[in-house]
Amino acid sequence: MASDDTPAIRLAGLRKRYGTGDAAVDALKGVDMTVHAGEVVGLIGPSGSGKTTLLKCLGAVIEPTGGRMELAGEAIYDAERGGWQVGDLRALRRDRIGFVFQAPYLIPFLDVTDNVALLPMLAGVANGAARKRALALLTALDVAHRAGAQVSQLSGGEQQRVAIARALANRAPVILADEPTAPLDSERALTVVRILNEMAVQYRTAIIVVTHDEKIIPTFRRIYHIRDGVTHEEAGEGRPV
Amino acid sequence: MAGVYRGMVDDGQVLIDNSGADLWVVQQGTLGPYAEPSSIRDDVWRGIAGIHGVAETGNAAYLTMQIKQGGHEARVMVVGIEVDRPGRPGAPPYLTFGRPILQGHYEAIADEKTGLKLGERVRIRRHEYVVVGLTRRMVSSSGDPMIFVPLKDAQEIQFLKDNDALINERARTAANPAFNRPGVPGLLEAAQASATQARNVNAVLVRLAPDVDPDTVAGEIRRWKRLTAYTRAQMEDILVAKLIATSAKQIGMFLVILSVVTAAIVAFIIYTMTLAKVREIAVLKLIGAKNRTIAAMILQQALGLGLIGFLVGRVAAGLWGPAFPKYVLLVPGDALRGFAIVMAICALASLVAIRAALRIDPAEAIGG
Ligand SMILES: Nc1ncnc2c1ncn2[C@@H]1O[C@H](COP(=O)(O)OP(=O)(O)OP(=O)(O)O)[C@@H](O)[C@H]1O
Ligand SMILES: [Mg+2]
Repeated sequence: MASDDTPAIRLAGLRKRYGTGDAAVDALKGVDMTVHAGEVVGLIGPSGSGKTTLLKCLGAVIEPTGGRMELAGEAIYDAERGGWQVGDLRALRRDRIGFVFQAPYLIPFLDVTDNVALLPMLAGVANGAARKRALALLTALDVAHRAGAQVSQLSGGEQQRVAIARALANRAPVILADEPTAPLDSERALTVVRILNEMAVQYRTAIIVVTHDEKIIPTFRRIYHIRDGVTHEEAGEGRPV
Repeated sequence: MAGVYRGMVDDGQVLIDNSGADLWVVQQGTLGPYAEPSSIRDDVWRGIAGIHGVAETGNAAYLTMQIKQGGHEARVMVVGIEVDRPGRPGAPPYLTFGRPILQGHYEAIADEKTGLKLGERVRIRRHEYVVVGLTRRMVSSSGDPMIFVPLKDAQEIQFLKDNDALINERARTAANPAFNRPGVPGLLEAAQASATQARNVNAVLVRLAPDVDPDTVAGEIRRWKRLTAYTRAQMEDILVAKLIATSAKQIGMFLVILSVVTAAIVAFIIYTMTLAKVREIAVLKLIGAKNRTIAAMILQQALGLGLIGFLVGRVAAGLWGPAFPKYVLLVPGDALRGFAIVMAICALASLVAIRAALRIDPAEAIGG
């Protein structure tokens, strides 16, 4: 059983090689990373350094080629034990990992509430309970007044908050955010970061934010720099937002 | 499309019903008078009227022709009917305006679809006819509106030759040594007189007394009179199964092509819609939606599209149906079947898009 100081995410020597032979690219060359529940960490690095590759491995959509990956102390991937340690990766993504993207990518023909309620419904939660949970999240994120609207009628910032609500909807212990503030102006970008921090504390979620965004980098307490497929941990300013 | 076919079937049905006949007596071995030409002497009815069970007979002559009317031409079916007493089979069963034909010559009853008005004069070949009555839904099996005229006039229209042809024919007969024999006075005149007479009709319509089996009477006529007789059921078979069979096939082929085109269009639209939403679909997969869920969503979109298309089509058919040159009959059953087919086509068409959607990699959702 995972005790309180068991990290939500732990990567040890994680490797990823694309292709084989002469054309092979080593995108990750041994990444070590630890993120605790209730913590928001930044992942920054130049273009081509392996950020997206790392997120894809964590998101269980591509298979690493070496090392070890743990969620709440449970081995998800272990190269020494033959790769994936979980049978149903789709269920793993659905139940234990939330995703926030650069663009909201909401489902256009569902209304705001249904977009959020979709996830619990996919996990088998009853319709009414799923919608109730969705409404609670929308309230926490201050978009409850648009709950019945079509997603196309929402502003960019509102859409991004709905997307965060969706990522939280299954009470996933881990959220992976891929440049979540890129299309937003600085004020709204900081709002999103504040929300992510609040949610991390409120729901005991471990959040990794991949970003280039100079405006939000000072807000992280811990930052992982990645360069040429290797990470270095460093303390951030942790500026309050 | 089905409405067009139904309209054709209904035209045939109406043709049979409105003639008021139980039996059609036509030239031996023909499918007359509507589906094939048939010619019989106009006195054969005497023999038929004597058969047990026959209540009333009526000679009828049919010919389809072009008439000039108010500057434009119209295709009509001229029907010669006996007008000596009312209720003869072949006459229109009801009039919307005017009166039945009372004179033996140069009066006409026209279907409203001809565009003729009461009291109007219409020229058919050599003579002018006064429209004394109007009727409705009296059309030939090919949908041409009918004009009823007295039988004698119709015979003249159908069988009499023009003056030049007459002179020509007479000269020919005179030159024939078989008819123009020296020493046989009167033979040439007799031969010529018989050639110019119009003593043929296309069919004898027979109405039977109540409680008489039409098949028995038809058999009797066939056996004794060297004529062919059709009952109502046989006539229906001729009109529906034989006469419009080719048209039905034509419409069927048209439907098939239309379906294929529809399927292609729907498939293309749904496919394009799916490709425009690759990212959203990848996200759905990433957050754990089953392939089945995604397929269902696409199918739902396709069916929605089909529903809209069907409703638009149904409303358009209802609005424009009357503007079709031929009668269009819209039956709810056809609409229902059409709906099922449209839905099936849309479901089929969405398969391409579903295939494409299932091949999308959830990894595409992450990174730009
Ligand atoms: N599918 C792939 N096949 C082969 N090589 C790949 C593939 N995806 C990424 N790479 C390579 O792996 C390395 C890391 O790529 P990655 O996309 O993770 O970088 P990144 O840090 O996300 O860059 P950016 O900031 O530009 O998005 C790059 O050199 C890239 O060319
Ligand atoms: Mg990237």
